[in-house]
Amino acid sequence: MAEIEIGRHLYRFPGGLKLRHHKQIACRDPLTPAPLPERLWLPLVQHQGPAGECRVQPGDRVVGGQPLTRARSDREVPIHAPTSGVVEDLRDGPVSWPPGGTAPCLVLAPDGEDRFEALDTPDDWAAESPDALIERLRAGGLAGLGGAAFPTAAKLRGGFPPIRALILNGSECEPYISCDEMLMRSRPEAIVEGARILTRATGAEEVVIAIEDQMGEVRKRLNEAIRTVDPDAPIRVVQVTTVYPEGGEKQLIQVLTGLEVPHDGLPQDLGLVCLNVATAAAARDILFDGRPVIERIVTVSGPGIVHPRNLVVRLGTPIADLVAAAGGPTGDLDRLVLGGPMSGLPLASDRIPITKGSNCILALRPEDTARTQPVMPCINCGECIRVCPASLLPQMLYKHLVADDFDAAQALNLFDCIECGCCAHVCPSHIPLVDQYRHGKGVLRERGVEDARAARAKARFEAREERLAEREAERRRKREARERRLKDTGGAKSEVQAAIERARARKDAGDGEDDG
Amino acid sequence: MNLSLAGAPHLPPISTVGGVMRQVLYALVPGIVAHVVYFGVGILFQIALAVGFALILEAAMLRLRQRPLKPFLTDCSAVVTAVLFALCMPPLAPWWIALTGMVFAIVVAKHLYGGLGSNLFNPTMVGFAAVIIAFPIELSQWLAPRSLTPGLPGIGETAVAIFTGQLPASVNWDAISQATPLDALKTGVAENRLVTEIRDAPIFGDFGGLGWEWIANFYALGGMYLIWRRVISWHVPVAVIGTTILVSTPMWLLGPDIHPSPLQHVFSGALVLAAFFIATDPVSGCSTMRGRLVFGAGVAILTLAIRRYGGYPDGVAFAVLLMNMGAPMIDRLTRPRTYGHGGGGS
Repeated sequence: MAEIEIGRHLYRFPGGLKLRHHKQIACRDPLTPAPLPERLWLPLVQHQGPAGECRVQPGDRVVGGQPLTRARSDREVPIHAPTSGVVEDLRDGPVSWPPGGTAPCLVLAPDGEDRFEALDTPDDWAAESPDALIERLRAGGLAGLGGAAFPTAAKLRGGFPPIRALILNGSECEPYISCDEMLMRSRPEAIVEGARILTRATGAEEVVIAIEDQMGEVRKRLNEAIRTVDPDAPIRVVQVTTVYPEGGEKQLIQVLTGLEVPHDGLPQDLGLVCLNVATAAAARDILFDGRPVIERIVTVSGPGIVHPRNLVVRLGTPIADLVAAAGGPTGDLDRLVLGGPMSGLPLASDRIPITKGSNCILALRPEDTARTQPVMPCINCGECIRVCPASLLPQMLYKHLVADDFDAAQALNLFDCIECGCCAHVCPSHIPLVDQYRHGKGVLRERGVEDARAARAKARFEAREERLAEREAERRRKREARERRLKDTGGAKSEVQAAIERARARKDAGDGEDDG
Repeated sequence: MNLSLAGAPHLPPISTVGGVMRQVLYALVPGIVAHVVYFGVGILFQIALAVGFALILEAAMLRLRQRPLKPFLTDCSAVVTAVLFALCMPPLAPWWIALTGMVFAIVVAKHLYGGLGSNLFNPTMVGFAAVIIAFPIELSQWLAPRSLTPGLPGIGETAVAIFTGQLPASVNWDAISQATPLDALKTGVAENRLVTEIRDAPIFGDFGGLGWEWIANFYALGGMYLIWRRVISWHVPVAVIGTTILVSTPMWLLGPDIHPSPLQHVFSGALVLAAFFIATDPVSGCSTMRGRLVFGAGVAILTLAIRRYGGYPDGVAFAVLLMNMGAPMIDRLTRPRTYGHGGGGS
């Protein structure tokens, strides 16, 4: 691969939308800690992957920072007690995914003392091996804090090609979300220090911190932090044009390098690792302070919130408490969204707790989401094609999917859809396109599972057929051997003849006896 | 709390079908005004008739197909079809022409193919093709522009002409009617007269027909507005006009006596209207950007071919209908390369 100067020249990705960003409303107040709730609900799984092994029992007293689960592989991520208190229960509680679903949660009753016990920290992290660093990050419960919560350890070591550059993503492109911007403004040194740790852990030669061009003084603060922490560090700040979804991993890589992540590959195949700026700051906290991932910055915003703001929130805090901490709802809420308005998850309940990937709580009133017309037929206007950052044909995908022609949709690269929502946002017919794509992918995945099952059954069947055929061949071999043997000893005829004669002789003898 | 679990995005889309169609109607206003200035109020009658018939037929077909009336009547798609159709009609065409055209446009081309979004062919052009084949005489009776006639018929005279088919005694048909510039050109060339000679007739203006070229300018103005508002993309208009110039220029340079100039081609007949408003019909056209370039180029080439060799003075309608047939295949062949599937410089 040709040498690329990441971010020296900015490229464009196709499509995308200029959206009103609505970010400032949550940035007026400084970062403040959210109050500790009465109960923390800690889902055992707060990342993409299986749960770690639970190490506490209901009734146990725990201190802040104490591991509650243990990772047995890089795909597992431990969770830690966000504060001191008593583990009351391990039971199912509402979670954000699947929508309306529940998952096992540890219920922690804080004791109000907020005692904290730091993890073991190295004397000199720079002397540690990359593997040892990654081990510590894993033990600190690090997962992608940008929203996807992918286990960081699994991203950093997996037998990838050598990593040349680390991209720290600070370009949160969805409207309303400003937690990364607040972090970069308030703790730029932590990000730079985290960048140095991650550089060593990945072996990367350089780091690019990507921010949006509308983030005001963030660039200055980061550059100052680089000068303060280590002026010689190969870390650069690059401003990218604010076009949604330029903060998506694939799009950001395209903007910075002009390269595309192969559809069946990973950024690592291009020698790149992309991590969120908050993940970098959390890596620093783990190694410098022995502070595992037990809190994060959450944007609580939207037209349905009285005082939109950014809060530092202990994991496990129910969303209702955050809404209250932001002045409460302005009135009736139609929707609570985890994430941004373009691709966020709708929440079934305000009892759902904040987890590692929860970057934003958006409250929308009925008038914000009201439809101005019913869903109309597709008029093939092509707007969706024009805005699709993956260069798909969204309207064709839709037509195939409503006709249940899933194979045709797959042939049009349905699985390359990043679900950014641009197509649905510009659709004059108001077709819920993204819902259709999710449904289509679900059906195809399920069928993939079915296909795998069928393939296994087929393999089993074929193995059995082979066994039977072998047995048959064995039998045939034996028969042939016997026939050969018979031939060698004078042929079958003589043997039959001999048998008949034997029988006759016996009969003759017997007849005599009977008659007599 | 009763929270909605509707999927993302969580903001209402930025446009509606009705909104898009209304933008198209606004964009036609300058052209319509120019039309009235040059050829009198007849066009307004044609528009009113076509829109009225279109809405009645649309409502009847929706009722028959058991579809809700309100969303589909207020989406304005039938109104756009009707207005574009009316803009292709001679100002004094009898009322039943509009009715016939709308039956073919709305009933046959649109609803029999499945209604909004499902029609294979451009409804406006189906309606136009039907009436120009069925009523060639009525569709050749064009008015001369205002500056060439003793007086265009007024509102009352226009109404009488359209509804009774009779011109009032005060109006002399021979004095007010003229062949269209394209007609004159076609018959002239067929009679072996030179293009320069034909163009000496007063009905010709600087480039195209007198009056027509200015109406075309105002259509283009409306079209630019649509591009600016992102209602249409630039691809089809640029391809139609660009290809027209590209193909007709060498022919004109080689044989200026028998071939009209490229600008005359652009500013004659319905070419500009088609480039911005008709070939850009999304439903029956191409949806990929490269496909739209191919589609527009095809419309231009077929139009030029029909103008030169076909039986009709202008060929835009048939060119569009022929390209409609190819649109699905063009879309298939011009699929953009998906992110991460080859290319990308790696």
